[in-house]
Amino acid sequence: MENITVKINGVELEVPKGTTVLEAAHMAGFEIPTLCYMKEINEIGACRICVTEVNEGRGFRLVAGCVYPCSNNMEVLTNSPKVIASRKRTLELILSTHDRKCLSCVRSGNCELQKLAKEYGVEDAGVYDGVKNEYEVDSSAAHMYRDNNKCILCRRCVAVCSKTQGIGVIGANERGFKTYIGSAFDMGLGETSCVSCGQCISVCPVGAIAEKDYIQPVLEAIADPEKVVLVETAPAVRAGLGEAFGLPIGTNVEGKMVAALRRLGFDKVFDTDFAADLTIMEEATEFLDRVKNGGKLPLITSCSPGWIKFCEHYYPDMTENLSSCKSPQQMFGACAKTYYAEKMGIDPKNIVMVSIMPCTAKKFEIGRDDQNAAGVADVDFALTTRELGRMIERAGINFLGLPDEKFDEPLGISTGAAVIFGATGGVMEAALRTAIFTLEGKNVIDIPELRGTEGIKEATYKVAGMDVKVAVVSGLANARKVLDMVKSGEADYQFIEIMACPGGCVNGGGQPQVAMGIRNFVDIRAERAKVLYDIDKAMPVRQSHENPAVKAIYDEFFGEPGSHKAHEILHTSYVKRKVNEI
Amino acid sequence: MNSAKSTVPFKGTPEQEAELLKVIEEKKNDKGALMPILQKAQEIYGYLPIEVQAIISDNTGIPLEKIYGVVTFYAQFSLYPKGEYTISVCLGTACYVKGSGDIYNKLQEKLGIAGGECTPDGKFSLDACRCIGACGLAPVLTVNEDVYGRLTVDDVEKIIAKYA
Repeated sequence: MENITVKINGVELEVPKGTTVLEAAHMAGFEIPTLCYMKEINEIGACRICVTEVNEGRGFRLVAGCVYPCSNNMEVLTNSPKVIASRKRTLELILSTHDRKCLSCVRSGNCELQKLAKEYGVEDAGVYDGVKNEYEVDSSAAHMYRDNNKCILCRRCVAVCSKTQGIGVIGANERGFKTYIGSAFDMGLGETSCVSCGQCISVCPVGAIAEKDYIQPVLEAIADPEKVVLVETAPAVRAGLGEAFGLPIGTNVEGKMVAALRRLGFDKVFDTDFAADLTIMEEATEFLDRVKNGGKLPLITSCSPGWIKFCEHYYPDMTENLSSCKSPQQMFGACAKTYYAEKMGIDPKNIVMVSIMPCTAKKFEIGRDDQNAAGVADVDFALTTRELGRMIERAGINFLGLPDEKFDEPLGISTGAAVIFGATGGVMEAALRTAIFTLEGKNVIDIPELRGTEGIKEATYKVAGMDVKVAVVSGLANARKVLDMVKSGEADYQFIEIMACPGGCVNGGGQPQVAMGIRNFVDIRAERAKVLYDIDKAMPVRQSHENPAVKAIYDEFFGEPGSHKAHEILHTSYVKRKVNEI
Repeated sequence: MNSAKSTVPFKGTPEQEAELLKVIEEKKNDKGALMPILQKAQEIYGYLPIEVQAIISDNTGIPLEKIYGVVTFYAQFSLYPKGEYTISVCLGTACYVKGSGDIYNKLQEKLGIAGGECTPDGKFSLDACRCIGACGLAPVLTVNEDVYGRLTVDDVEKIIAKYA
């Protein structure tokens, strides 16, 4: 690639042709602020916060640094008085229609707009106040709300919904000053074919969209002496929660997380990883059964409720391909309210099952039909990693000073195979570890070709004389590609893992938000996934079928994987939905 | 949320749908097919209610929201049908200073619809228009071909009653 020379704030450097001013400045050590820009996803140069002075021989002028390409011998000023004045005015204009209820806003402290207003010394946020649009808050969806009074029209949510996820249930309606982000015909999000993945929340720079917060009812349950309040934590939470307390992206906080949950007053602190191991037992059995008995193939994993809802809306003719296994969250709740309740002599009605998830779709999932093994909901409250962070903060727990503690037994016992469920490829790797052992008696542990953040991976394994062709997919736009290939007969996989969020649960819609200025240059998916693979590597047991607690639950309760009782409690059913329900 | 779905019952015919499907089939693989499809659809149905937009979405794979976003962006597209009687209130300068804004508001209140919409019984639709060249009669409104001038707010009810 041809290189060109640019001079940024007096620093001369060579960059490949095609590099944007923003990227070149980053290389030179200068960050240009952005609000709408998302690398490769939302390159629209709309918000004008990234304006930068460039001179290409005709004198300095302002351009949008995020999308403007460098030219040879270009001079760039990223912090000139003219640049600062322009950015400040843009901020004042954005703030003039922004509902400035910052004091208690869920994003206060990590709001990208607030940070810029502070950095640029926007003293009088109301300087351009005039007519304001007033919007009703849309709280029709199970997992989130939208408050357009805080929306700055950056369109990051729109881009991630349509491009990354291939869905497009939100977009810009009307035009000019009346423009707002919403759904067709002003339907509430809950009436659309939104899959609840929450990727829009992850990328919102402000507090216009957020998960529905269930901290209060959980605190009330904990305070109720009649209730036994159990908590389960998904694999990816331990790889993300630290960020809520200022730790670097990719810090393992499993021990502190367990300690914090205990101090919050949960009666038992359990691990969804236990149920992930259980999922492998059930799903591997289901897979082998389908292969042997000519069942519907490819079998597709069912851990990701965003993916499930996507399949139901957009590929209703493929719901028979879905594994009938409940997701680990739901399997966990089902075991807690049947097996554990029986073992401990607790009435399942008195158990309050709380899950901590990197996911917003889990809030939708707990309300699905056929998710109530004990006659009551398997899981009562699904909180996101972010909600847990706020809960810990509010309780005055010094998170960073906590000792590392261990999960409670028996439902806190897990293996390395379970913890990697949180990264794309993890479920497939865990399943193959057990399937290969079951069929050939061989211990194959590390399967590196299934790791990494690419959206579509595929591999073929010779197992017991049979070619098993698998695919691993994350991000729903990628799922579309693979499913279309399966439908057209272009691809003949037997087993597919699909996760709704790009990179898997570590990058779930419920994880702490990372400012786009960082995300544009750091792959948070890889950083967080590394935590999980490191934990796996250090675990004494790394195959689900070797989990002693899983062996015990089959011996004492279910009999064997795929048994009638296991089907009653650990499996579920799906519905066929439409794309446009009008 | 107040949905923008039209309150006027959809009366599309199988013939109209067949015609629209033919248009979609012809154009759907073209780049930028949505605008021409929407223009044709509006020609066929007279407006673009959710039922029509859903046909377009289902048969092109374009998300309904994207279609709605385009329809609400351009003034040439309408979400509402024209009524049996189209009431047009001139909001041009001369009429406006003579109080046509109040007349327009009164019509919205009496008909129970906003400008651009149609009453659920399909009888009246209401629009604002620019100067119709009858400034001498300001403020002016038209009901289909009939012109009413030198109006006051009190005339609104009488005019509606005449057509109801």
